[in-house]
Amino acid sequence: MSKYTKRFDGRKLDETRKIKIELDIIPNADGSALFAFGDTIAMAAVYGPKQLHPQHMQNPQKGLLRVKYDMMSFSVTERKRPGPNRRGTEISKVSEWALADVVDLDNYPNTVVDVHIMIPQANASTRVAGINAAVLALARAGVPMKEMCAAVSIGKLDKTLVVDVIKEEEDYEEGEGATDIAMVFSSRTKKVLLLQLDGKITSEELKEALQLGVKTCDKLNEQMKEALKKLNNGGEN
Amino acid sequence: METPELTKKRIADYIKEGKRFDGRKLDEFRDLKIELGISKNAEGSARVRLGKTEVMVGVKMDVMEPYADSPNEGVLSSAAELLPMSSDRFESGPPSFESIEIGRLVDRGIRESKFVDFGKLCIKEGEKVWSIMIDEYSINDAGNLLDAAVIGAIAALMDTKIPKYDEEKEKVEFGEWTTKKLTLAKAIPITMTFYKVGGKIILDPITEEEDASEAKLTLSISDYNGKKYITAAQKGNDVGLTIEETERMFEIAEEQYEILAEKFNKAFEKAVKEKKAE
Repeated sequence: MSKYTKRFDGRKLDETRKIKIELDIIPNADGSALFAFGDTIAMAAVYGPKQLHPQHMQNPQKGLLRVKYDMMSFSVTERKRPGPNRRGTEISKVSEWALADVVDLDNYPNTVVDVHIMIPQANASTRVAGINAAVLALARAGVPMKEMCAAVSIGKLDKTLVVDVIKEEEDYEEGEGATDIAMVFSSRTKKVLLLQLDGKITSEELKEALQLGVKTCDKLNEQMKEALKKLNNGGEN
Repeated sequence: METPELTKKRIADYIKEGKRFDGRKLDEFRDLKIELGISKNAEGSARVRLGKTEVMVGVKMDVMEPYADSPNEGVLSSAAELLPMSSDRFESGPPSFESIEIGRLVDRGIRESKFVDFGKLCIKEGEKVWSIMIDEYSINDAGNLLDAAVIGAIAALMDTKIPKYDEEKEKVEFGEWTTKKLTLAKAIPITMTFYKVGGKIILDPITEEEDASEAKLTLSISDYNGKKYITAAQKGNDVGLTIEETERMFEIAEEQYEILAEKFNKAFEKAVKEKKAE
């Protein structure tokens, strides 16, 4: 019998926080979006495709995707010192890997698409909120994509699997404690584009967690598609 | 030394047929050799050779204030450097992403598995605890530096002796050691990085196999009273894995745990004997 039966914020086990999507939030960018899981907010801006300098970094076969993730200093309870840190560098890279698999820059040799992700307010699950904001921004920028993708965090609190982890759940220490899993799946081919976890989980439980993640990402994909369609049809944002 | 496209293709084709250039099975690790106490000023140190891949790992300790949310626990940190001497692919300068990734994955593999008893590293609650700093250096990159670095970190921790601490002067007496070692779990946390090459899954690639690969997944596993748990995971590179491939890797990891833990223990015991014989 797992020790974690009721969630701290009363949500169902497979329920995400309230999703907020806002598109075209940064006029200078070629594409931009805000994506929030409850009070975890991510903003993303896309610039490109554009010429890549210096020239020696250019790829004559296809365009490059560059992703930078960072948190605003005041986004977290204990101030985060400005400037790149190792965690931010890692998140930037794994996000870049995930998004690079869905964009199609074969027809844009020697160019770069820059994706900037910033977190103005954090309550866990920031990297997955960031990737969702980024994929919306890429779509708004008209960057060719083979398919979309969606990201979500799955937690295991003692033996209970939950969707969309908040900070209080990240810090859970009863029983087997908290295992925090970040996942990104491609929307059509359902490939695993990102998988990171820390904690203590059996391979059986991890397989269950993956299935829960795929189901949730299907729902998120629908919501993101709806938001993009609304704007394309000239509707209100 | 770039791996030519033709070589990458040959490797992928070979692996597709279940074969590797050096005759190993797809899930087989190269020969493992461990040496302990390879640097006398370190609290603990080890040299690991995995085939031709070589890393040197050292542990230094110091006393500091604990983190506010764990006032009676020691702290751990890990950093890796990919030395230019180990491969013409590495350049001097600020830490590359590859080195940051290795440092962080070594940290997570050890931290999440609760291999180190941090409670035993408290000197004065809320004021003074021991901090363990692990540094990994690549000496020769012939593939799979990450898994080798983790083996080195575990061996160095097992080799570590706690330095003398002058309670009155509140100073660590560097260069002088107690006979006390770190309190460590019996089960060895094992990290293995899976690579997808030629549509198949392999472990412990040589450099050319890494270059021919499309995606990778690092899994850290530990044993708790006979049950295997995954304590850290990280997928890398920009090609997706199918859910089936991912789940297969979880299964292989659980199967391989015993085999690799045995391999580590054998190499470690040999190293202890050789150190005593000196």
